Amino acid sequence: MKGNIALCEGAIAAGCKAYFGYPITPQNEVPAHMSRRMVELGRVFLQAESELAAINMVLGACAAGVRAMTSSSSPGISLKQEGISYIAGMELPAVIVNVQRGGPGLGNIAGSQSDYFQSVKGGGHGDYRLIVLAPYSTQEMYDFAFQAFALAEKYRNPVLILSDGVIGQMMEPLEIAPSQMSATVEKNWILDGCKNRPPRMLRSLFMGDGDLEKHNLKLQKKYNTISENEVRCETYHLDDADTVLVAHGIAARVAKAAMRSSRATGKKVGLIRPITLWPFPSRAIADAATPGRRLLVVEMNHGQMVEDVRLAVNGKCPVEFYGRAGGGVVNEEELSSYL
Amino acid sequence: MKKIYGRPESLKSTPHLYCPGCGHGIIHRIVAECIDELGIREKTIAIAPVGCAVFAYDYFNFDVTEAPHGRPPAVATGIKRVLPDRIVFTYQGDGDLAAIGTAETIHAANRGENITVIFVNNANYGMTGGQMAPTTLIGQKTTTSPFGRDPKREGYPFKVCEFLSALEGVAYLERVAVSNPKNIIHAKKAIKKAFNNQIEGKGFSLVEVLSQCPVDWGMPVAEAINWVNTTFMQTFPPGVYKDK
Repeated sequence: MKGNIALCEGAIAAGCKAYFGYPITPQNEVPAHMSRRMVELGRVFLQAESELAAINMVLGACAAGVRAMTSSSSPGISLKQEGISYIAGMELPAVIVNVQRGGPGLGNIAGSQSDYFQSVKGGGHGDYRLIVLAPYSTQEMYDFAFQAFALAEKYRNPVLILSDGVIGQMMEPLEIAPSQMSATVEKNWILDGCKNRPPRMLRSLFMGDGDLEKHNLKLQKKYNTISENEVRCETYHLDDADTVLVAHGIAARVAKAAMRSSRATGKKVGLIRPITLWPFPSRAIADAATPGRRLLVVEMNHGQMVEDVRLAVNGKCPVEFYGRAGGGVVNEEELSSYL
Repeated sequence: MKKIYGRPESLKSTPHLYCPGCGHGIIHRIVAECIDELGIREKTIAIAPVGCAVFAYDYFNFDVTEAPHGRPPAVATGIKRVLPDRIVFTYQGDGDLAAIGTAETIHAANRGENITVIFVNNANYGMTGGQMAPTTLIGQKTTTSPFGRDPKREGYPFKVCEFLSALEGVAYLERVAVSNPKNIIHAKKAIKKAFNNQIEGKGFSLVEVLSQCPVDWGMPVAEAINWVNTTFMQTFPPGVYKDK
């Protein structure tokens, strides 16, 4: 199954009730697949007039209490940032998918990882965080789409699945484990009409003296809880490695292959794969940064995640960077010979 | 004793922060009266705009959400599509609906979304201090058209009802005013019809309300009301623009 289709099926299995999208390559399989499947299932599919409209339709559907999703690719995600900031401020559990392509501007349609900053450092205006999941296989496209909704609802926080054109287009076997749809948490904040209860409001505007500061402190408290509970990463051969690769998403796939071939020639190479890009696995990286070792960050951009790695390492060992951008795909041979 | 006049249940007792002489208070009241009379308060969800009416959630006594500037029709679409048996309406100003949100307005209308739109046209951006709006009249002075709106430089007043009337998906369009009791009674009828259309599943209904903004227009209230009844209505004639 193609990564993009697996993503759709994961979302459907999770009980996604509404999908709103807009065409852009390389995520077109998502709206195309959803346009058929969601209608077949009696759920909502709508092709919006723009990315702005699509994200705001998601805002509306989430405000009304249902599981809702949108997907796009880099330039389209830039357009959605306004809505994402509102969604974060209003604490709505939206799921957003970015099947990244090269930038800046219209860039090209090849896979890329150049939206790391945009994804983990905010993207829109204001002090907010998205939970960012980085799949590296078709299986994880399915699994993370499935998990994203429960995670979003648990924290009343938007979740971003940060994929890329390679993973989206890649075909791989997929194992669909009999999974139970996660129970929806009680939503005592949704807008569905004030029958037998006082009216509710959803907003991100706090004009009263000190109100916005209070709201921000509440958000930060939530972000701290997420940071404590939801960090996910995978590590390989950290016991003996003298070079530890750090890579996420498709770059981690390549790095893993390069690690294996290098180890076959006797080189002691390990790997840390951040799965949540926010919250970032800073502790795992700091623990791995022992003297006498080097960390080599591999990305399909010109060095974005490497900044968070350097912050985590805090000078305890050298941190190098290896990357290609603009649609260039890091390949195993190149990386192995670099090692 | 029989009570013949009181606060609608759909309106909270919170004092409005609107300027003296502003039309929003009247429009809020007639919207609230319509919702009470139709018995739909407990199934109504409103979308407040960015602009003067952003605090609508403080005034309306039913569920209200905020939306980014210009996006209420998209937010309303999201809500209505997942809760089709609820009553969903947007309350938007001219900057919100006819400038930054033009695309959302046109496409929600063209899809025939079964929602109600209350469009308050006061010919300027009130909240931000009286800048030129898409509906500012030719020659009208605002803080960003200090020499008066010149169509050669700033284009022409944007006529929303006339423009939307060409779209297949639109069920009902009417332009009304709240500049005297007779107009207010008529405006209420139009708003009620726009909600009724939604109840009956007729599709997109929009009522454009010409509203006075004396403070930002720099006029005494009486003069502002007179301006609505004369100058404003010449460019934006009241009437039914579509009734399917």
